[in-house]
This record gives sequence, structure tokens and C-alpha cells, in this order.
Amino acid sequence: MSWTRICDYEAMVPERGVCALVGGEQVAIFRTHDGTLHALGNLDPFSGAYVLSRGIVGSRKGEPTVASPLHKQVFSLVSGRCLDEDAVSVPIYRVRVADGGVEVGG
Amino acid sequence: MSRIVVVGYGPTAHRLVETLVDKGFDGRITVIGEEPRPAYDRVALTSYLSGVTVEDLTYEVPAGVVTRLSSRVTGIDREAREVTLADGATEPYDVLVLATGSAPFVPPVPGAEHAFVYRTIDDLDAIRVAAKDAVEGVVVGGGLLGLEAADALRALGLKAHIVEMSPWLMPRQVDEGGGAVLKSHIEGLGLGVHAGAGVQEIVTADGQVTGLRKPDGTVLDAQVVVFSAGIRPRDELARSSGLAVGERGGIVVDSSMLTSDPSIYAVGECALVGGMVYGLVGPCNTMAEVAADRIMGGSSGFEGADMSSKLKLLGVEVAQFGAMSGALDVTYMDPVGGVYKKLFISDDAKTLLGGICVGDASPYTSLRPFVGKALPASPSDLLFSGAGASLDLPDEAQVCSCNNVCAGDVRTAIADKGVTDVPGIKACTRAGTTCGSCVPMLKQLLEKSGVEVSKALCEHFTYSRAELFDIVRVRKITTFSQLITEHGHGRGCDICKPAVASILASLYNGHVLDGERVTLQDTNDHFLANMQKNGTYSVVPRIPGGEITPDKLIVIGEVARDFGLYTKITGGQRIDLFGARVEQLPEIWRRLVDAGFESGHAYGKALRTVKSCVGSTWCRYGVQDSVGMAIALELRYRGLRSPHKLKSAVSGCARECAEARSKDFGIIATEQGWNLYVGGNGGFKPRHADLLATDLSSEKLIRTIDRFLMFYIRTADRLQRTATWLESLDGGLDYLREVIMEDSLGICADLDAQMENHIATYADEWAATLDDPEKLNRFVTFVNAPGVPDPSIVFASERGQIKPVMAR
Repeated sequence: MSWTRICDYEAMVPERGVCALVGGEQVAIFRTHDGTLHALGNLDPFSGAYVLSRGIVGSRKGEPTVASPLHKQVFSLVSGRCLDEDAVSVPIYRVRVADGGVEVGG
Repeated sequence: MSRIVVVGYGPTAHRLVETLVDKGFDGRITVIGEEPRPAYDRVALTSYLSGVTVEDLTYEVPAGVVTRLSSRVTGIDREAREVTLADGATEPYDVLVLATGSAPFVPPVPGAEHAFVYRTIDDLDAIRVAAKDAVEGVVVGGGLLGLEAADALRALGLKAHIVEMSPWLMPRQVDEGGGAVLKSHIEGLGLGVHAGAGVQEIVTADGQVTGLRKPDGTVLDAQVVVFSAGIRPRDELARSSGLAVGERGGIVVDSSMLTSDPSIYAVGECALVGGMVYGLVGPCNTMAEVAADRIMGGSSGFEGADMSSKLKLLGVEVAQFGAMSGALDVTYMDPVGGVYKKLFISDDAKTLLGGICVGDASPYTSLRPFVGKALPASPSDLLFSGAGASLDLPDEAQVCSCNNVCAGDVRTAIADKGVTDVPGIKACTRAGTTCGSCVPMLKQLLEKSGVEVSKALCEHFTYSRAELFDIVRVRKITTFSQLITEHGHGRGCDICKPAVASILASLYNGHVLDGERVTLQDTNDHFLANMQKNGTYSVVPRIPGGEITPDKLIVIGEVARDFGLYTKITGGQRIDLFGARVEQLPEIWRRLVDAGFESGHAYGKALRTVKSCVGSTWCRYGVQDSVGMAIALELRYRGLRSPHKLKSAVSGCARECAEARSKDFGIIATEQGWNLYVGGNGGFKPRHADLLATDLSSEKLIRTIDRFLMFYIRTADRLQRTATWLESLDGGLDYLREVIMEDSLGICADLDAQMENHIATYADEWAATLDDPEKLNRFVTFVNAPGVPDPSIVFASERGQIKPVMAR
């Protein structure tokens, strides 16, 4: 496993996402209210646009989520599963904090 | 049974064919109508003069029904079973239904040929044309329709008089006491009431009406005279075909609606059933349903009808139900408040026989179902304390007399069909779909059945948006975290976060990207631009009122050219620049702000634009400066966050080139000032705005809009446009008027202060963003490669501009 440094952890706004280029892939990284980081593919499978990092972060029945900014389908930040349509999911990536920086595994 | 021919195409004919189609009639139905259009809602006819269109009023022709419009039947060959049309064509039938309706009665006085009647769309068009050059109008006939006609004349700007033969107005609905209260109401509105007076002649000069002479010789000046003095059944076709007709007119039918010919039915206002001709929509609908049932082999019969009525004429509620006399009666009279209520009771004081209401029709709703039954409480309690409102209706009590729906039918719809709201009841039972007077009763039945409609915004808040607004306002909550910790659950979602962001913005203004508020915004508000399908954004600078200098126009052109943006003129008189990447937005806005532009809030649930026509400065028809007013309004309300987007327009004259009546608030200039319309909508479900107030001064106009907007912002649901908000507002337009123009809730000072605060604290969001390095940091596609554009964004060329290409 190789880790790619993205940005300073403190630069991440709680309950918002950012997007990073990791080995040519677009990865959406979110910092939730409790400080946890999550990383998903940035491609919204419903619209075909790379926009998930710009969705609203929230929770559904306790599970942290992001809603696509285009048509509002909700995805689990933990599993990448779409909670509105079972058959759809987005890839998840490993993410960690090291030396005050956010790193994505690939 | 294969061929049914219906002669006449009014509401009763419509109800007949609709019922036949619903019941599965599989033969041919032909409807022949004199008017150039299918049946329309005559109960709402007057609304046509206030802007409701013919299309709005017209009923849909049921599937498979053949119509022959602008056609008159001239003869019936009962032997051959065919009807002959004026153009010589014939139409064979197996069953013929006469639904020829009635004609307004015009008394044979000199000059009567110059008067109008009030029955059809064409009649109203003619009255409207005549009213253009008129100052005064007289309506002959002080009944229900006469008062409607007088209201119409008033709406057309005329000083209106009502002449009624009987000693008081509406003699069929109210007694002398009620008539006196009604008269004072109507005179209070500036109308002239001349009861106990007849017509001697219509005075004319050079073929133009100049007045109406009463039998005492006095003349009422008028340029328009409308007769509304009763109806006469249209039975001439039946008469010439040898069918039995009544001595005073009307086609004789039995309780199955059959005429003296077993192949011919007659229904509606042309029919004489049980010695009566009925002119109300309820009994006519029942006749249509009986005839349809009989044609389909059923056995129903017409057993007389409830002639109760409740209406609001000239803003006064008038209602009558059951009998208009009785052994005992109890009267409540308040001449100061203009209220008159009377109940008729059996001699043993146990049975309710009927009632009359003027000024407050609430007893109609609560007590009409108890007619002929035991009094549910003492008469004084019913009349004085409003005890009627909470009564439990027996199942067999009729709730909707227009469509003959009982309380039990509504309860069945709620219990068995899972109906949870008034529109559901309407769809299921037809109750409330005609005159609408029973809608409050339907609401009560819903509430009493225990149906609980969840108002919860989402899983995180059990409150409605309006309740959350009050919580935030009263407890002075300033952050989402505080609100959800103290009044919600979990961490929020894409529903509650933007809703709360909007509430905080409406109440406190401040920058939408400040502090925690940045986390609440939809992507559009987050990047202060509109996300398009490929993840790029569009940019709309504010162009108040659609007025722009050539220099500024050139700047927009240069920016679009330099950044390669697709350019389109919007419907709101602005220019939209498409295809900007996130990291380009600050550069684009730097150029725009430097040239004097500011955010147009096209991305926000906020005021968008105030369109205008060119107005009196340039237009030879304009009567006010619509551009100046539009700019003033747009600058006043710019940046105002609301439950949904807000659109507006100002037209400089009645030609209405700015299409103001399709807006949330629309303003149309008059010679005297401004008319204000509210609750209009284009979009998915178009709605014409309702006239809230007329001839306002500029100052009064602005004050009224201030309050309208703030009251809407306070009380609407999330994403509820003003059109649906107004429709769901209990008490509707009248209530709105009371709250914001008469201050019935005592909140106007508060609403005013809130708007003053908004205006005082407004700042351009884009200028503020450009001045804040921390906010600017967020405008980046890849946080780890700030200079790299998103490789997934690809454009092709079309008609000389870019268009997005999606990867799949």
C-alpha cells in the first residue's frame, strides 16, 4: 500500500469534502463532524459528472452520508453504497492522517 | 343502446357525459353545443374578468365523446329518431338528452335590447368591452347572480348600482333582517342598492345607453345595464317537437328525468321536475347523474334537492340552508359587526329546520348537515358561542351538496383508501370540487379521523420549516449545531441543512459562507454559482430590471469571450454565462465586480429578478415608470433568502408585457398607481397571481410587498413557492390581506423591522468573497493539484459556442 499526501488535515472544513487527483483517479475526501475522514470515488454514477466531493455531508439513521449535488441521491461515506438505490455504489478508498496531513491509500 | 345525442353543452351536459363514460358506456356519445367551446364552470364565471382564462374554466371533454360546437339543433324528428342542425346536417339517436339550459329573463321594457345579460363567456366579453368607456353600471336583479354581476362591474372599475324588485336583496336566500345587514355591507363598498324598485325603461341617446328609469321617474345614470332578473328554461325545441312542457315553461320530466317521449330525457335548468325548475349546480348535477344511471339501466330517481347555498359575494358571506321559516326562530344580530344569523326550529324546539346567515356563514358549515335532525346543542350556544364548529356529523349528513357527498363517504375514503389530505378527498369523492364551500368541513373530518400528516422536515427534525423558523427566531439561535443539538437528532442532511441555512440567512443576513454556515449550503450556494450537468457552473450577474448600459454589456461579452463561456439570455432579462470551472469563478467575478456588477443570486433560494417592460419613459402606452420601479424593487430585495426562489415583474400598463401575473409578486401600473398581484407561478404548474390590492402608491406598494415576502418567509414550507403557499394558507387571499394590510395578527411592525434589517445589512456576496482569502481557497478542483483543470470536463462546439460532452 502506498499513501499519497493530499493536504493538511486542518485545511479540511468539518462536514465538507474536497477532491484530489490520486494516480489519475478523482477521489472525494470528507471530514465529518467527529473528525473522522472518509474517501469515495468522486464520480456520481447517476449523472456521470465528477461532483460527489461537493455534496452535503450529513447522516442517515446514524450512518455518515453525502448527497450528490446534482440529483441528491445519498451515499454512505462508510461503504460507498447508495442508500436510495441498493444496486448502485461508488468505490471507497483508505484514508488516514499522518504527520498532520491527509493521506489516501492506493 | 348505441347512440346518445346530447343537445346543449353546459355543466349539466358535461356531468352527464362524464358520468356515462365513468360508468363504462361503450356506445357513441355526441354533444351538440351552441357556444364555440366545451362546457365551462359557470359558478366561477366572474373570475374570468379578474384574469382566469377560458382554458382554466373549461372542463375537459371526456375521452371518446364527439362534440359539435357552434352548432344549434333546430328540430327533432321523433319518428325517425334524429335531430336536425341549423346547417341542415342530421344526427341519429337511440337516446336523446335535452340539456338546453336556460336563458336570462329580460323584461320587455323599452330599450332592453341595449342591455347585457350575464351568463356566458361571450356575455362577459361584451360587458368588458362596453365597460371600457363607461363610468357607471346598473344591474337589474338583486339575487345571487345579480350580485355577482354587480361585483364584476365594480371589478371593471364602474360605480355599480343594483336594482331589485323585492323589498330587500337576495330574497330567495335571506329574510328581511338579513337583507338589511346585507344592504349595509354592500353600500359600505360603495355600491348603490335600490330595493323595492323596478325598471320602466332603459334610457338611450343616439343608440347609447345613458341610464335606467325607475317607475317613479327617477333616472340612474349608467352606460352599462345588465339584466340578471331570473332565468327562463330553454324549452323551445321540446315545445316544437310536441313534448310536454309546463305552463310557465320547462320540459316536463318524471323522477327518472324522462320526458313524455320514452327515448328523450331532459336534465338541468331546462327540466321541470316535480313542478320545479332548478337553477343551482347541485340539483342539476344530480339530474345528470340520475339520467346517466337510467340510460345505463339503473333505477335511481330525482327526489327533489337541497337548495341550500353558501357564497361570498362582494366579500360578504351569505348562506341559507333548509327551510326559511319555522314555528320557532332564534336570531343573533350584530349590526356593528354586520353579522346576522337566524335558525328555524320545530314547535317542540327539538328539530333544526333551517337557517340564514349574513356576514358569518360558519353555521352553514356546521349545522346544515343537521337539518331535519335533533338540534345538537341549544340554539343560543350554536349561534353565540360557535359551539357548532366541533360537532360530530352523522354518516348520512350531506357534506357537499353540489356533488351529493355525505360525511360517511368522506370517512370511507379516509379509512379505506388511505386518503390523508383535502386534494385526496376531492379526487376520491368529488366533494369540494364545485363551489368549495365544504372544504373546511372536509378538513375537520380529516382531523377528527385521526389522520396525522407528518410535518417533520426530515429524520433530523420533527418540526415543519415554519416551526423551525419560529424556534430560531424566538430563541435567537444562530448556528445549525446549536439548533440540531437542542431541537433535533443526528447530524442533518441535504434537506434540513439548506433549509436551516436559508432561515439563518433570512433572519440574520451575513455571508452564507461564514463559519459553520459554509457546511450547510448546497453546492450552488457553496460556490455562489449554478452547477450544470457536467459539474461546471454558470454565472449570472445582476441586471436590475433588465436595464444595462452598453459598457457593461461589453464587459459581459469580454468576460464570456476570454473564458470561453456559452452565453444565453435568460427568461428573467439577464445573461447567463455557462461552462466555468470552479477555479475560474473568482477570476470571472473579479472582472465582473470591478466593472460594477454584483451577484444575481441565480444560485440561491432567494430573490432572482424583477423583470420590467419599457414603461412610460419610452412606451407610448405606458402609464407608470415600470423600469424604475422594477430596479427599486430588485435592489430592495436583492439577496433576500426565502423558502424557494422568488421572481417578480413590473408592467407599465394593463397590456402586461412584463408577464407580471406569472410571478411570485407582480406589479401592474394603473392610472392611479400600482396593482399588486401575488402567488403567481410559471413552471411545472402555472398559476396566475391573485390581485391583492389596487391603485397603491409607490410607498404603500413597497410596504405591502415587504410584509408579503416576510410573512411568506416566516410561514412557508421548505421549497414551497408562493403559489402553493397561498393556496394552502387557511383563509387564502382574504386572510393574507387581513394579516399584511390590516395587521390582524399585530405582526406588521415586526415584519417591517425584519425587512429593514435585511436591507440595512445587505452586502454583495461575491465582492465579500473576493476580499476573503480563506473563502477563495475553496475554489479549487483538486486540493492537491490546484492548477490542474478537471480532465473530465470536455466541450464540443455547437452554433459557434461550447456545449458539454459527457463521458457516457
